[in-house]
Amino acid sequence: MAKEYETVIGLEVHVELATKTKIFCGCPTAFGGEPNTHTCPVCTGMPGSLPVLNKQVLEYAISVGIATNCEITRYGRFDRKNYFYPDNPQNYQISQLYLPICRNGGVEIETKEGGKKIVGIHEIHMEEDAGKLLHDDWENCSLVDYNRSGVPLIEIVSEPDMRNAEEVIAYLEKLRLIIQYLGVSDCKLQEGSMRADVNLSVREKGAASFGTRTEMKNLNSFKAIMRAIEGERERQIDLLEEGKEVIQETRRWDDVKGESYAMRSKEDAQDYRYFPDPDLVPIVVSDEMLEELKSRQPEFRTAKMARYREEYGIPDYDIEMITGTKRMADLFEETTALCGQPKKVSNWLMGETMRLMKEKDVDAEDLRFSPENLAKLIALVDSKAINGQSAKEVFEVMFEQDIEPERYVEEKGLKTVHDESALLKAVEEVLAGNPQSVADYRGGKEKALGFLVGQTMKAMKGKAEPGMVNRLLREKLSQPE
Amino acid sequence: MDILKMTAVELSAAIKDRKTTAVEAARASLERIAEKEEQYHCYLTIDRQGVLKQAEEVQMRIEKGELTGPLAGVPMAVKDNLCTAGMLTTCASRILENFVPPYSAEAVLRLQKAGAVMIGKTNMDEFAMGSTTETSAFGETKNPWNPAHVPGGSSGGSAAAVAAGECFYALGSDTGGSIRQPASFCGVVGMKPTYGTVSRYGLIAYGSSLDQIGPLAKDVTDCAAILESIAFHDEKDSTSIERHDTDFTLALSENVKGMRIGVPNDYFGEGLDEEVGDAVLRAAKRLEEKGAIVEKFDLSLVDYAIPAYYTIAAAEASSNLERFDGMKYGYRTKDYDGLHSLYKRTRSEGFGEEVKRRIMLGSFVLSSGYYDAYYLKALKVKALIKKAFDDAFSKYDVILGPAAPTTAPKLGESLADPIKMYLGDIYTIAVNLAGLPGISVPCGLDSAGLPIGLQLIGDCFQEKKLIRAAYTYEKARGAFPAADVGGGIAAGRKEGV
Repeated sequence: MAKEYETVIGLEVHVELATKTKIFCGCPTAFGGEPNTHTCPVCTGMPGSLPVLNKQVLEYAISVGIATNCEITRYGRFDRKNYFYPDNPQNYQISQLYLPICRNGGVEIETKEGGKKIVGIHEIHMEEDAGKLLHDDWENCSLVDYNRSGVPLIEIVSEPDMRNAEEVIAYLEKLRLIIQYLGVSDCKLQEGSMRADVNLSVREKGAASFGTRTEMKNLNSFKAIMRAIEGERERQIDLLEEGKEVIQETRRWDDVKGESYAMRSKEDAQDYRYFPDPDLVPIVVSDEMLEELKSRQPEFRTAKMARYREEYGIPDYDIEMITGTKRMADLFEETTALCGQPKKVSNWLMGETMRLMKEKDVDAEDLRFSPENLAKLIALVDSKAINGQSAKEVFEVMFEQDIEPERYVEEKGLKTVHDESALLKAVEEVLAGNPQSVADYRGGKEKALGFLVGQTMKAMKGKAEPGMVNRLLREKLSQPE
Repeated sequence: MDILKMTAVELSAAIKDRKTTAVEAARASLERIAEKEEQYHCYLTIDRQGVLKQAEEVQMRIEKGELTGPLAGVPMAVKDNLCTAGMLTTCASRILENFVPPYSAEAVLRLQKAGAVMIGKTNMDEFAMGSTTETSAFGETKNPWNPAHVPGGSSGGSAAAVAAGECFYALGSDTGGSIRQPASFCGVVGMKPTYGTVSRYGLIAYGSSLDQIGPLAKDVTDCAAILESIAFHDEKDSTSIERHDTDFTLALSENVKGMRIGVPNDYFGEGLDEEVGDAVLRAAKRLEEKGAIVEKFDLSLVDYAIPAYYTIAAAEASSNLERFDGMKYGYRTKDYDGLHSLYKRTRSEGFGEEVKRRIMLGSFVLSSGYYDAYYLKALKVKALIKKAFDDAFSKYDVILGPAAPTTAPKLGESLADPIKMYLGDIYTIAVNLAGLPGISVPCGLDSAGLPIGLQLIGDCFQEKKLIRAAYTYEKARGAFPAADVGGGIAAGRKEGV
């Protein structure tokens, strides 16, 4: 009988913090920019330069720790991780090994069986990002851009508590949601503001000790993570079935080929010679600071969902979807505050917004339209200034460019025509031009009315109010010929 | 009027009184350099054109009343591990032989703001690693008292330049005695302030937790004035401390009545040259005569300071010096094959023997499996040494002893036996480990005519007590002979200054 295997997974998640300036200097963290323009002596490792901790980084890291039920280290330090590589200007990275800022936390996830489970968080530590190497094949040389050097990161190290890819994704989604709700990072996997390394081992079901683990890097999407976990699980089981050993190593996932290859084994592992950075003073977290940060914790999803049910009376499914991202929930609340019509706001978000997001492959974080403009659009529909069809047309433009709907409606002449005589004229023309449909309707085919409404709308270039068209048509059709 | 005989504070006063000008002073320094530099080699870079231009500008600002401080218009020199915008900053190392920083160290900027005229950059032991200035990649500096001897180190160029009259004062850095020991060997006053008093921004780090910038000067008054100018809270240096007691010149008074001075027995044991010991005890006697209460005591742990120091300083240095890799600035090997080879050759060719020795030592004590046994243990020793000083300062205001066990050794005698050289730091390094202020004041000459330094050590933030004791001693001692008689400079030569 074939053996049954259990997968054991732990995650190291790097999150780029959305501070305006870098972790140890005043340079901007903004993405892009010409190479080496967001730099100074500190983040390029010039001799004599010294790091000074950006307090916002500490606050963000502690906030994530509080939200993930961690113990906050009250007396901590930064340590130097020494290794030579050209993207690392000092040839050491300032990180935390001995006294990380947060420890012993955990978050609750839902398992695929529908149960609940806590994934433990071993620690969260702060560190600086490295620069970026650019290889110039033309000149056959390598260049380095230090714009990213010193961008603040936190690394969230989980316990080996996950057992399958679904739990990994649930854990990552949970982390992402918490961090987005905190406003600490946008957590975009594709752009690298959230990066996950997967530590995975397999063991026979029921075994007491863990198997040998590997670490998988270069996972840029949830899909890649799923595939890499499946692939690595199978690779390790195959090895064990063949009577071979799993080697402790770091592997790199190639999502195009759908396979991984070994980068370095434990034997090649470098000795990072960690030691406390003497340029930085100990990190002391006072009671006041901790209380202040606790009081600043936002309303998280569970609380938000309960409040929405109570306050807005929108369907549970809508609540579930809208609170699924911080951006969507913010849009909902801000637009509702402006127009006072939660159900209509929810309809716009659940309907057109989601449809366009899917169609155009846009993340909630990248939505461009403002609550102000959505509220104005709703008001335009409410006042019957435009009809539903025109509103959708306007929204589609808003979705791309956040235009001001009133001005756009004006410019494009989308306003509904309320002039009954003009409409009457159109109705009469449609009736005169479609005798067969008129006869059908009168003969009892109610469906024919729909066609006539459509024709009238077309004649009015979509700018008629459908209720009015309906009424006039019925009136005319009920009149004797 | 011989400008070169003046102290920095006297010169600045004379400029303000229009008895001379900053330009004349700069010219006098340049003439002296022209006369003596070839012999002593105090400098690595001399900004001959720039100096006169700076002096003219400073003179103008003095005349306009914009510069009124006690150092305005005075020509000075800066140790070559302090960054100076637009001027070579080499750390006396091949690996930085072409490095011109785009910024200046904060301490340098503070002095320039106070009207300093910077002559150039002084020689030193490579990356401040050494006690003789012989590890410089660009040739050794000679002691102006006797050119067959070393000036001490690592701030040997700064000490020698002041002693030789090639500048009026200089900045140095002190990680384990690198200001106090060369001051002692060259017969000048050198002071290391409490850790955190002077910003380290722009000081190319050796042992970050121990490094402090401080003055080398002709007398205690100059020292106090310089320290007052460079001490300030700098937000660019996390280890910089906000102090409100940096008006050090207020402590220049002859008053040690009731001051409790402890003389550690540990500082007068094996290895101490008899003539040095006698001179230092005579100095203690002088202070006693002035009303101080002098008492011998056991400090303890002194023997552990050297291994603890060389462990911590080397560990930090091994990491601090990683950035010198040929990638971004400085020396790069001509011939390499791939990244690893580039690193290896650049660093093998760029660093000297002593620097490599300390990098290897530091890498070893931090490596996995040895960290606890060496580095952590050294940190524990450091904490115990601090505690021993805390206990001592519960009884004494000031601790008194020699700055170094001997006077300046002959050139070429030290590097062959590094352990012996390391042992020479025995009286100075504990002060760095405990973050304390210390000052070295000339207190006599040995039978070979080489200066002996008296070291006074204070508790953290007690620079004023040190200055008071040092100033009182200096007055009681009277004029100190000149290094190079031709120049005729000496500290305190004008009685009752």
